[in-house]
Amino acid sequence: MADEKPKRIALIASKGTLDMAYPPLILATAAISMDMEAGIFFTFYGLDIINKHKFNSLKVPPLANPAMPVPMPNILGALPGMTAMATMMMKSWMSKANVATIPKLLDMAKEGGVRLIGCQMTMDVMGVKKEDLIDGVEIGGAATFLDFAVDANVSLFV
Amino acid sequence: MAEVIKVDSTLDCKGLICPEPIVKTNMSIKKLQIGQVLVMESTDAGATSDMHSWAKRTGHQLLKEEQEGKVLKFYVKKMK
Repeated sequence: MADEKPKRIALIASKGTLDMAYPPLILATAAISMDMEAGIFFTFYGLDIINKHKFNSLKVPPLANPAMPVPMPNILGALPGMTAMATMMMKSWMSKANVATIPKLLDMAKEGGVRLIGCQMTMDVMGVKKEDLIDGVEIGGAATFLDFAVDANVSLFV
Repeated sequence: MAEVIKVDSTLDCKGLICPEPIVKTNMSIKKLQIGQVLVMESTDAGATSDMHSWAKRTGHQLLKEEQEGKVLKFYVKKMK
């Protein structure tokens, strides 16, 4: 296997909620542990996952989510404070199950050499500066991602 | 089955779940010499499937699997 060209996974993270931050980071960290190359393109709300002011406080939306472990009518989910409550509950379950936190997964990803690419266009639209992003990320556009993804064996949009 | 496997390193992943057992196994195997054996201990029910896939993809050899109560033990030989 060592002589073969490494396999590669190219991921797009487009959502900025706590639950949707997990799949790309878990897949990328697992991939590098399987001798694959991995890269994640953080675009639109997904940019929050690598925003140093936000990555530690991503939230779970209680609205329009029939899969919440404690089912909740939408009308209640819309009340003030419900997002914080849903987030707190999710974090508590995650912590009980000993799931790695988003900051920890980001550290693992960086340590293992996952390419973390922030979307320049999103940064322009949302007024996010390079200093707002965590260390160790690069910035690029669609062409940067495609240049990496065109040689990937697996490519997923999250 | 009197085979005794000489273990060079043990990795405790008990209590950890996906993807940490795989990530830590891979980090630990890198510290060993070729031919040495790592034992990874896990309580993750998904570890059996994941360890087989990991070994298949990385080329390291899964020598043996054991279960003691809830603890799964994977004996991995570093191949490269």
